[in-house]
Amino acid sequence: MSALLEIRNIETWYDLVYAIRGVSLSVEEGTITAILGNNGAGKTTILRTVMGLITDQPDKGEIEFNGHRIDGMDTEKIVRLGISCVPEGREVFEELTVRENLMMGAYIRKDKKEIQKDVERVFAYFPVLSDRVNQWAGFLSGGEQQMLAIGRALMSRPRLLLLDEPSLGLSPLLVGEIFDIIGRINREGVTILLVEQNAKKALDVSDNALILENGRFVLKGKSRDLMKDDNVKEFYMGVRSQASVKGYQRWKRKKVWR
Amino acid sequence: MIDLMQMIISGIAVGSSYALMGLGMVLIYKSSAVPNFVQGEMALLPVFIAYMIIDTYGYPVHVAFAGALAFAVLLGCFLEFAIVRRAKEPNVIGLIIITIGMEMALLGLVSWKFGADQRTMPFPISSYDSVMVGGLYISTLDLLTLTVALVLMTGLFLFFRFTKFGVAMKATQQNEAVARLMGIRTRRVKMMTWGISAMVGTVAGLLIAPTIIEPYMMWDPLLKGFAGAVVGGMTSLPGAVFGAYIVGIIEHLFGGYVSIEFKSVVAFAVIVIVLCVKPSGLFARHYVKKV
Ligand SMILES: Nc1ncnc2c1ncn2[C@@H]1O[C@H](COP(=O)(O)OP(=O)(O)OP(=O)(O)O)[C@@H](O)[C@H]1O
Ligand SMILES: [Mg+2]
Repeated sequence: MSALLEIRNIETWYDLVYAIRGVSLSVEEGTITAILGNNGAGKTTILRTVMGLITDQPDKGEIEFNGHRIDGMDTEKIVRLGISCVPEGREVFEELTVRENLMMGAYIRKDKKEIQKDVERVFAYFPVLSDRVNQWAGFLSGGEQQMLAIGRALMSRPRLLLLDEPSLGLSPLLVGEIFDIIGRINREGVTILLVEQNAKKALDVSDNALILENGRFVLKGKSRDLMKDDNVKEFYMGVRSQASVKGYQRWKRKKVWR
Repeated sequence: MIDLMQMIISGIAVGSSYALMGLGMVLIYKSSAVPNFVQGEMALLPVFIAYMIIDTYGYPVHVAFAGALAFAVLLGCFLEFAIVRRAKEPNVIGLIIITIGMEMALLGLVSWKFGADQRTMPFPISSYDSVMVGGLYISTLDLLTLTVALVLMTGLFLFFRFTKFGVAMKATQQNEAVARLMGIRTRRVKMMTWGISAMVGTVAGLLIAPTIIEPYMMWDPLLKGFAGAVVGGMTSLPGAVFGAYIVGIIEHLFGGYVSIEFKSVVAFAVIVIVLCVKPSGLFARHYVKKV
């Protein structure tokens, strides 16, 4: 059986910046896959490439969703095939109300009754939103905006949900809550591709994980295996495997994966 | 006192056509990020089409006006589709040049086809009749203009508030990339914005036409509408309406009490003052992006 999302050797350029340098990945239906990596590694770029948001990209390679080639397709069409995306930094429509934001999430649907049910479902996930239905999204707190962005993405009833750093800027308590909900969404049947900086949480919630550095994957595997990997521990979870002789942390990396 | 009220009433009446032009500009500014200098000509050509339908083919006024409005929507959509959209990753200056180019082309077309004579639109309501409201005179044409403008603004308000396409249009204006992530066909939405904007402008043009039709007829309302929009912050529809009425009223008061010759300059004085006091315009809103 082939994967729900299959990326084969894509390369993405921003003009002269070579951002994604040959990346392959497959996301099996029903799983959570996490992409970890430092700032500027290219995580967001991968998601943007999948969504067709970067004009004329990917430059090389193929992307297949559910057996259909989607690279080079218009974003509007890709969304209609069943992919939904929570962009980095929430990006709610600030001058639309919470309800209008959710309605826009359901833009591609016509079944009014079912849409209303899904609004209720989002409010069940995020009760704070239901108190703010008629308030402009720009006046929500950062955490509330993140919830709204996730809720909005669910409104199209996607088969595959792309999440770009859902924990960005949230308090530890809220991070835990968001990750619980990501798990719940997945158990209710949505396949998830998750980009994260918070390696511990991401590895906890995901089935598979990949580590991206400078536009290339340097490590792939089951999340529970990566959690035990010394390099991952040291570089992404801030656990020092060896105490430094002089007692201070060295900034230079001992090993570069390549 | 009566004088003052009379001037304010006249200011509001003329402010209505400024408001419609300002609304048209703001609609396009919000979706294509360009001050649209072809706004006037997008109204001018349909007005002349209406004139031609009446004068040459002898159809009744309402048919001609309906035809002109439909033509305006098509014209607006066409300009966006055929020209504006073709500019790849344009900057504001480039876009302004494009709109000025389109402006000159359309103006040239109208001048060439219809000549520079001044005419008036045959119209059942004349600007010479007037009604008395509480001791004040208001011409029936002004009254009609005011009514139509208010009805149209209410219509726009309801459209943006309650229809899915209207909300999608706002979403596209606020964040185009994310609107696409919602599955909104943003190119089509932007094209329709131009169509609607041309139609709103044409309503203003058709209401001016019974007084005068000539190739430069839209210049004054365009500049004043633009001034009103800037006063309102350029991105707010109510702001543009409010700003346009302010410009209309102040202009009339200035014309009445100070100097009729410099009346037209007032709009720009108002802009300068507003920009000094509140540079972002009276109605602009700002969010601090939350991280
Ligand atoms: N619009 C752009 N134009 C040019 N270069 C870009 C653009 N966006 C990103 N880049 C470059 O592409 C590379 C990957 O960026 P990307 O945003 O995908 O990183 P990221 O892994 O998501 O980082 P972060 O964790 O900080 O969000 C970076 O080197 C960045 O400078
Ligand atoms: Mg990123």
